[in-house]
Amino acid sequence: MARTHITAVVNGDETEFLAEDGTSLLNALRDEVGLTGAKEGCGTGDCGACSVMIDEKVTTSCLVFAPEVEGATILTVEGLADSGELHPLQQCFLEGAALQCGICTPGFLIAAKALLDKNPDPTETEIRYALAGNLCRCTGYDKIVRAVQEAAREMRGQ
Amino acid sequence: MAITEENPGYKWVGTRPIRPDGLEKVTGKAQFGADLMLPGMLFGKVVRSPHAHARIVSIDTTAAEAMVGVKAVITGSDFPDLAANGAHASDIDVANNAIAREKVLYEGHVVAAVAATTREQAEAAAKAVEVTYEILPHVLTVDEAMAEGAPLLHEGMITKGVDPAPEEPSNVASKILHERGDLEQGFGEADVVVEREFTTKPVHQGYIEPHAAVADANTDGRAHIWCSSQGHFQMRAYSATVLGVSPGTLKVTAAEIGGGFGGKTVIYLEPLAVRLSQRAGRPVKLVMDRDEVFRATGPTSGTRIRVKMGVSNDGKITAAEVWMAYEAGAYSGSPVGAAGMTAIACYDIPNFVVEGYDVVCNKPRVAAYRAPGAPMAAFAVESVLDDLARDIGMDPIDIRLANAAVEGTQASYGPKFPRIGFVETLEAIKDHPNYTADLGPNQGRGVAAGFWFNAGMMSSATVHINENGTATVVTGSPDIGGSRQSMALMAAEELGIPYESIKAVVADTETVGFNDVTGGSRVTLATGAAVVDACRLIVEDLRARAAKTWDVEVDQVEWVDGQAQHVDGSQPPLSLSDLAAKSGRTGGPISANASLNSRGVGAGFSTQLCDVEVDPETGVTRVVRYLTAQDAGRAISPDYVEGQMQGGVVQGIGWALNEEYIHDQDGVMENPSFLDYRIPVASDLPMIDCAIVEVPNPAHPYGVRGVGEVGIVPPMAAVGNAINDAIDVRMTDLPMSPVRILEALTEQRD
Repeated sequence: MARTHITAVVNGDETEFLAEDGTSLLNALRDEVGLTGAKEGCGTGDCGACSVMIDEKVTTSCLVFAPEVEGATILTVEGLADSGELHPLQQCFLEGAALQCGICTPGFLIAAKALLDKNPDPTETEIRYALAGNLCRCTGYDKIVRAVQEAAREMRGQ
Repeated sequence: MAITEENPGYKWVGTRPIRPDGLEKVTGKAQFGADLMLPGMLFGKVVRSPHAHARIVSIDTTAAEAMVGVKAVITGSDFPDLAANGAHASDIDVANNAIAREKVLYEGHVVAAVAATTREQAEAAAKAVEVTYEILPHVLTVDEAMAEGAPLLHEGMITKGVDPAPEEPSNVASKILHERGDLEQGFGEADVVVEREFTTKPVHQGYIEPHAAVADANTDGRAHIWCSSQGHFQMRAYSATVLGVSPGTLKVTAAEIGGGFGGKTVIYLEPLAVRLSQRAGRPVKLVMDRDEVFRATGPTSGTRIRVKMGVSNDGKITAAEVWMAYEAGAYSGSPVGAAGMTAIACYDIPNFVVEGYDVVCNKPRVAAYRAPGAPMAAFAVESVLDDLARDIGMDPIDIRLANAAVEGTQASYGPKFPRIGFVETLEAIKDHPNYTADLGPNQGRGVAAGFWFNAGMMSSATVHINENGTATVVTGSPDIGGSRQSMALMAAEELGIPYESIKAVVADTETVGFNDVTGGSRVTLATGAAVVDACRLIVEDLRARAAKTWDVEVDQVEWVDGQAQHVDGSQPPLSLSDLAAKSGRTGGPISANASLNSRGVGAGFSTQLCDVEVDPETGVTRVVRYLTAQDAGRAISPDYVEGQMQGGVVQGIGWALNEEYIHDQDGVMENPSFLDYRIPVASDLPMIDCAIVEVPNPAHPYGVRGVGEVGIVPPMAAVGNAINDAIDVRMTDLPMSPVRILEALTEQRD
């Protein structure tokens, strides 16, 4: 089957890759670009483990066809740290023990970043609703919510 | 909050540093099961039965084999026939569950597998495998399976544990029985007796990472497997059995594991990937889709349980009678044995009968799920105990204190308890402000308790001292929830060097001694003890090297704060880095191995307090406040002890309120997705408050008991008891979904 040539900015770099029309962005990122940080937990958009930002909007990459991102700007968990310095969310997840197995962590970090980009001072309820599309089976969410609260405080300079 | 019997003044144990594997997991670098790519790797796809029970008449693979890109197609006949070879029955079941031979026993049962150069080709080829079935009648529940004249899954299954043995086969694999005292006399002494019947549905472990395996086979019979599992040594053993090879021909590397909760202690894909790789001559990756995870892995048993208990007016339980039937799924081995042992283990009851049945049915073979078997039994027993407390007007904590098992109590399952911390968990709940917090309209409060044995089993560890005095701690226990941190903390404490100077890793099956699975809450206990043993060997070695350096007897040397000191201070101390730098002159590299079998487990208890609000219009139950108190023995790594406690509670809340397998009348699962099988999400929940209780396990160098499992035992009853407190309705069927709550409320009004 013929494959489509796609050009997109992935984690700050112009990136070219090939994908069949029916290939998900998730599989293209993992198999073609070599970025395996986004995970497939369900393939149906229900678990959020494959969350990436496409043009600053958090999206489940398993539900996007790869050719749809032609010309788009994509951020995956691999692009969250800046020149080797962790994003405050990454640091707060580490310090707050907000991960156990870690499979859902990339998706949570992206979803939390999308929240804090729009709302730097969210309430606990706002955090819980913003993360409701991301499933975690290990933590019970307690430490994840606290880590996002802490990161928000740090990013506000408090 | 922590209750500590003694403060031993540890420097590292009990602290909250950053976990050793954390950085990789927040940056996307961690390699999970599906992340590995090898040159020339093929993608595999499994062909599964659409029928709950059927005879395989024929499998035609010719069309699939002829398709573009297809490199291998395998069926059951590509594996040795273990039954014909006289193998052990349990091994035959493992093999037949991995790939069916004559019959399929559940929807989703594997019948064939393919490997091709792309995912799309593999999926197309899987669809082109033509299987002809003769459909057989099926049974889905214990009620159907135990009914007179029920269709049989296994024609030769004679119930074990019954004397004399039945002459006719049935779907009942075994019976268990625990008895003490005189039941009739016990109920005669009771002032109040409550009897109820409960049902629970199969629920899935719900790990977010689907099963995945990559195999790379060599032409000489050796093969390398990378997989996500709770025990790569166990994956090696099972795979070798199914493939009919010696375990030593297989090397298994543990990928990072994306959750397991018991469900990744069994094999599904590994032997298939090896055989496909052998046939194709290329590496093969097999990854399950989410619907395959639901249809063919896990879950834990659906059950029917009857409980009758009596109390005297002073709150003493005089008698308990428990009858339970647990679904095993397609092959025997439900956790009814553990259920029978745990059901009333929290309490000292003079007269009881606990009777249980392991029942096969046409659903996926159940796998371990966090304290396997105990949560359903506790739902029933703790609900009845709550009713009894209400009937005699006693506080729910006080009735449990009045009957609590303590050191010296003869456990209902046999042995005498050593020092245990059940009473302390009850007191921790009673002393917490949540216990007296105000409740609003339609809100209610529930208490429940739970017991789990915890396991020991076999572990090995190796500790290497690097040339600059840092250390590498190597174990073979896959780290499912932060155990590498616990290993490093205990090693830091033993060696007297900073936590940051220690790297804890999980090695493959050829690089470290045997380790049993990461399960039974055993890793920090048993693998931790192996790490401590290895560190103590290292310290002995370091003392000997210092003694040699100083030309004194070894008993003149002490190891204090990471350095060798002469007892009379006559020599300048030698630090670990000093000794490491000179190791070539004092006997060579500094390294030690330790292997052990369990030296004594420490039972775990949890008591939990749940506040709910029930909407009488919609039947929706919302958890508004939750407190869990659990005896950790010693919290080596408090962050991850709390994580286990909170995670167990939330899985239990899902089990209580939402989760269930739904099958249609043909035995096909109707909700195999996270959309329709709804696990709790962040917006469903409050913070989960934790009270870590520390009553040290005398059999562990740091007092560890293990914390992974018992937290899931009480929640269903805690939620049910809170619902009862809120709306005066006793829910006896799980899940306590809005529909069931509304039905119960309607019944109450009528």
